[in-house]
Amino acid sequence: MGSATETFYDVIRRQGITRRSFVKFCNLTAASLGLGPVAAAQMAHALETKPRIPVIWMHGLECTCCSESFIRSAHPLAKDVILSMISLDYDDTLMAAAGHQAEEILQETREKYKGGYILAVEGNPPLNEDGMYCIDGGRPFVEKLKEMADDAMAVIAWGACASWGCVQAAKPNPTQAVPIDKVIRNKPIIKVPGCPPIAEVMTGVISYILTFGKMPELDRQGRPQMFYSQRIHDKCYRRPHFDAGQFVESWDDESARKGYCLYKVGCKGPTTYNACSTVRWNGGVSFPIQSGHGCIGCSEDGFWDKGSFYDRLTTIRQFGVEATADQIGLAAAGVVVAGVAVHTAATAVKRLTSKHDPHRRNDHP
Amino acid sequence: MADQTRMLAGVMDASDNVIVTGPSIYVYEAPVRLWHWGNALCITILAVTGYFIGSPPPTMPGEASGSFLFGYIRFAHFAAGQVLAVAFLARILWTFWGNKYSRQIFYLPLWEKTWWKGVIREARWYLFLEKEPYKYIGHNPLAHTAMFAMFTLFNLGMIITGFALYSEGTGRDSWQAKGFGWVFGIWPNSQDVHTLHHLGMWVIVIFAIAHIYAAVREDIMSRQTMISTMISGERQFRDEREG
Repeated sequence: MGSATETFYDVIRRQGITRRSFVKFCNLTAASLGLGPVAAAQMAHALETKPRIPVIWMHGLECTCCSESFIRSAHPLAKDVILSMISLDYDDTLMAAAGHQAEEILQETREKYKGGYILAVEGNPPLNEDGMYCIDGGRPFVEKLKEMADDAMAVIAWGACASWGCVQAAKPNPTQAVPIDKVIRNKPIIKVPGCPPIAEVMTGVISYILTFGKMPELDRQGRPQMFYSQRIHDKCYRRPHFDAGQFVESWDDESARKGYCLYKVGCKGPTTYNACSTVRWNGGVSFPIQSGHGCIGCSEDGFWDKGSFYDRLTTIRQFGVEATADQIGLAAAGVVVAGVAVHTAATAVKRLTSKHDPHRRNDHP
Repeated sequence: MADQTRMLAGVMDASDNVIVTGPSIYVYEAPVRLWHWGNALCITILAVTGYFIGSPPPTMPGEASGSFLFGYIRFAHFAAGQVLAVAFLARILWTFWGNKYSRQIFYLPLWEKTWWKGVIREARWYLFLEKEPYKYIGHNPLAHTAMFAMFTLFNLGMIITGFALYSEGTGRDSWQAKGFGWVFGIWPNSQDVHTLHHLGMWVIVIFAIAHIYAAVREDIMSRQTMISTMISGERQFRDEREG
């Protein structure tokens, strides 16, 4: 695919996209990244002058929902822009080449752009049985992943799979699937969690790297601050109902019809970091809470293993008991109250049946 | 009776009741007592509002602009939490000036043989295996253990997880996030931190039940005052025997 000196701008002009559309894209992307109007000019300049960054897009254990999301990027131009912008050299799902031809591209990119390409990983590697649960190009995916990561500039972990492990790493995790940061330790990793992540978030992250030539600012858990620094709850349009104390009590009640807060039916918005409530989905049409269902926290660590999607507390499984913290606490407090009552009764009985005068304690023996 | 007359010298008694008196000592200084009752109030507010935050009251009628119930409940929780945290900090500072009993709840003297003997003796007293407990100036060893393990540690844990959860609202640049964000390094999913914060509340509720029961019971049964001691600071002993 494209030569190293070709810029993104060259490519889109060749594809017949007008300069006007190009500038519109730059403004849109800069805005979605939370950057000012100056950044849009910077972005345009970068795309006109900088050589395109080669991207290798690998797939481990996954469902391809990240790719599905990505190619449905809201702005119709965005998809084309990103696909040509990043010079997607290898993506076994999207590319025409297959078999040995595809594998050759992989090796070629790795040698030609040593230390200069971005490795985007969708899915994760299973480690059990020496990685035999995911064979890619005739060998374990985990080997291929480590090899490609060694010569990459940076690694992007697409989705909950690559970031946290997701469903294939849920208990009991028979294939021992692990998030990619457990096997790639020598490269910076940008986690873009979600199941799948929002398309605009994915394109936004790549645009940022290309424009500024550096990683976006990451939070403590390796997620880009610009999209993951606030909870769904913080920007939720139903937040006024939360503060007012107006809640949906059951799925078809009057409150549900009025669009009240879904907190009491288990919405995980208050514990989920993502941009759904601002960027929304499918071109800004809607997002789960807007369509009347609570957030299930798909961009959070281990979201499959935290119990019901409709509980805001993690299910605690000990001694075969499944309960929430409040049920356990209430039961324990009940036992203690009962214990206190029994102890009080025993104390009283002991004292009444005692041969000694109760005031005897004041006497010398 | 002769003995009692000696102890009651100068005390008028109109109804012929036995008036308990005995030697006393100043144990809990004013800052400790003030902290104790202020802390009790904070914990009560925190537990009640915290429970409502987890399990909200029935939905409010009218427009969202017309009420701010949940906002006020959360405000009360956050305010009481901040007061509790500052009070705990002040209480720690007081140990530098206070008497030795002010330091008791912050550590367990696990290396002291007599202390261990005291724990066993006090446990036997609660199992009705001893006729009477020993007398102690500060906390008895069993109470001391409960105080440290269930109150001091959990109070600290609740302050830490509380500020970490509070930082989710104040934002990544806030001092709460800078100071307590590391909690999410240990538990990346904040749902788990919420869960632990709930469990911690129940431990403190259980402590409070046991604490109040023990204080009332020992006030009646033991050889020393309990409840009035936390009000006046004076511990009064009801006999002068040793052991």
